[in-house]
Amino acid sequence: MSAAPPGLHEVLQRTFSFPKRHFLSVLDLNEVEVANLLDLADGFVALNRQTAKKLDLLKGRTLMNLFFENSTRTQSSFELAGKRLGADVVNMSPRASSISKGETLIDTAVTLNAMQPDLLVIRHSASGAASLLSQKVTCSVINAGDGRHEHPTQALLDALSMRRAFGRIAGLRVAICGDILHSRVARSNVALLQMLGAEVRLVGPPTLIPAQAERWGCAVFYDLRKGIEGADVVMMLRLQLERMDGVLAPSQREYFRFYGLDREKLACAAPGVRVMHPGPMNRGVEIDSDVADDLAVSLIQDQVEMGVAARMAVLTSLAARLENAR
Amino acid sequence: MSRPLAVTNVRLVDPASGYDGPGAVMVADGVIVDVARGQALGALSGDVEAVDGGGALLLPGLVDIRVKTGEPGAETKETLESAARAAAAGGVTTIVVQPDTHPVVDEPSVVDFILRRARDVELVKVFPAGAATKGCAGERMAEIGLMAEAGCLYVTDADRPIVNSKVFRRVLAYAKAFGMLVAHRPADPWLAGGAAASEGEFASRMGLPGVPVAAEKIMLERDLALVELTGARLLVDQVTTACALESLERAKARGLPVTATTSINHLSFNEIDIGDYRTFCKLDPPLRSEDDRQAVIEAVASGLIDIVVSAHAPAPPEDKRLPYEEAAPGAVGLETLLPALLAFHHEERIPLIDLIRTVTSAPADLMGLDAGRLAKGAPADLVLCNPQTPVLIDADKLTSKSKNSPFDGRTLQGKVLMTVADGRVVYRA
Repeated sequence: MSAAPPGLHEVLQRTFSFPKRHFLSVLDLNEVEVANLLDLADGFVALNRQTAKKLDLLKGRTLMNLFFENSTRTQSSFELAGKRLGADVVNMSPRASSISKGETLIDTAVTLNAMQPDLLVIRHSASGAASLLSQKVTCSVINAGDGRHEHPTQALLDALSMRRAFGRIAGLRVAICGDILHSRVARSNVALLQMLGAEVRLVGPPTLIPAQAERWGCAVFYDLRKGIEGADVVMMLRLQLERMDGVLAPSQREYFRFYGLDREKLACAAPGVRVMHPGPMNRGVEIDSDVADDLAVSLIQDQVEMGVAARMAVLTSLAARLENAR
Repeated sequence: MSRPLAVTNVRLVDPASGYDGPGAVMVADGVIVDVARGQALGALSGDVEAVDGGGALLLPGLVDIRVKTGEPGAETKETLESAARAAAAGGVTTIVVQPDTHPVVDEPSVVDFILRRARDVELVKVFPAGAATKGCAGERMAEIGLMAEAGCLYVTDADRPIVNSKVFRRVLAYAKAFGMLVAHRPADPWLAGGAAASEGEFASRMGLPGVPVAAEKIMLERDLALVELTGARLLVDQVTTACALESLERAKARGLPVTATTSINHLSFNEIDIGDYRTFCKLDPPLRSEDDRQAVIEAVASGLIDIVVSAHAPAPPEDKRLPYEEAAPGAVGLETLLPALLAFHHEERIPLIDLIRTVTSAPADLMGLDAGRLAKGAPADLVLCNPQTPVLIDADKLTSKSKNSPFDGRTLQGKVLMTVADGRVVYRA
């Protein structure tokens, strides 16, 4: 175990209330809670850069990763977050267990719950799955992505990346571009960034913009250049390859031509623009490598780093509310 | 035969004759032997069971023409008997069961099976609807003529639209020759495919795949064009959108032989009721926007929509306790149909007699059933109901085998006190 770095130590000494049992949706949070989570995460960033990264805030706790959809990135991010806080971490992969043998989500949840985990991280392909699970278990549930609905820890890490890059979020113009329709990242980001005072725009072909998205309080653009005009942040979303080829976009090359981010299009954004992507990227489809790999512009590596810290902040806050918490 | 029954001191509402006023009814040997309007019955003999209605409503027993059970094939959901008990508890004395069972009701022996089972149950009257196409698969015509002979009331593929226009044209033309009514669900399957909610702001926010309201209108317009081509009668199965109502209104104004239903759920709920992914509110067609709901209420008030159905669709927990997108659609509704409908009377949106017509004489007349009226010589199908009594709906206490009621936790105003079918008291509160 190591001592917390000074910044983190200070934040941990603060008493702030996080009166939630679960972490399911950005809409469950208020501005103060978000600010506290971001402060806490900032401290964990410093910790994670030390040689000795381990604390005992979650000592004795069990964190269970239940990923019905594959995601190396998010799953290992939660796993590291849990381990660095001293928790025991178990990864359940549905394909290798009875979950794929016709057992329902609820049955699985009840079974796992009986093993007395303290924190259950779930990713599932159906919107609302995390909420459903939370109604049937006694532990804390963390939504690591439910269908097209929400991915709240992603929004938190994105906000952390932006706040560290710009020193603020209020007043930033953020253009979220690409497959908004299927994106839980977009939904969580819109809600969180608007709460924090950013101007959010949605950019994509009409086939990938949800119905009545303009009623989310975002301006909607079908032209990438116009959409990112004056933007401080351009957030590109992954477009699954099978959704091109004439289904929702005519072809990969046509998509890249009009909606792929390259240096030439990026020139329409504000000076000092930063580019983000939740990963994994389709290089040459939604984003040019030239842009993605330019560390002066790209925040994509930062996002991954912030992911671990943001999740540590969420786990710590929830653990304070767990039964028998110290 | 049971004892003669006299129900006195009631408000009679009989849409068939247009009478709404005080009165009493006398029943013997399964038929109504006397209807006294505004006056007392003659002296009752000692052998008569007299029921003082205490000023409650006495209505013709309800006729619900869109009911699903699980029999045959999925008896854990609902049997004909449990559905009949639920119907009796809801004041429904005639139900028409849908053909999409296992096996599908697409040939006369299955029609016969259902009629036989219903006779054995001996509660309310049960009639089958037959499939329009074999296996409800939308490809080849079912034995429409033989099923008509065996006693099915209309043909339909239930929830599954007949996509192939040529097949549907032939179904309409062929059924017409046998005087058989065809019911069809207006939903463009390509637009509706994979949808779990109505397209719009709510579904977008919740991350649920949505179907645009145009899907209903597109299929309805096709169906109406084929009605014009064939001259066959069509029952539009559940109109739920304002845009489809425009098409329906035009068709009726032009005199096409079209009748339409909507469900009590689409009159009572909108998409916001889905809330935090409540699967009891997952329906097919999905719940719509409040604007659409209001348009549907107006259409019932104006008579553009002729019939209200419960769209009773039992689903056990294993089909409902799932993530929203994966959960089965449908809601039970036999027991809540009447009290839920009375809401529009309490709100003074729709006159009581017009409201009751949509669940009594309108469906009975369309089906050619001797039911749905309070008249001397008519079968003694009656429901006694206190329209004022508030009832807190507790899904777990419903009679249905499945408890998937979107009304769970809601208070409805109106309580069924007694149901009489063919002169037998089949339910008493």
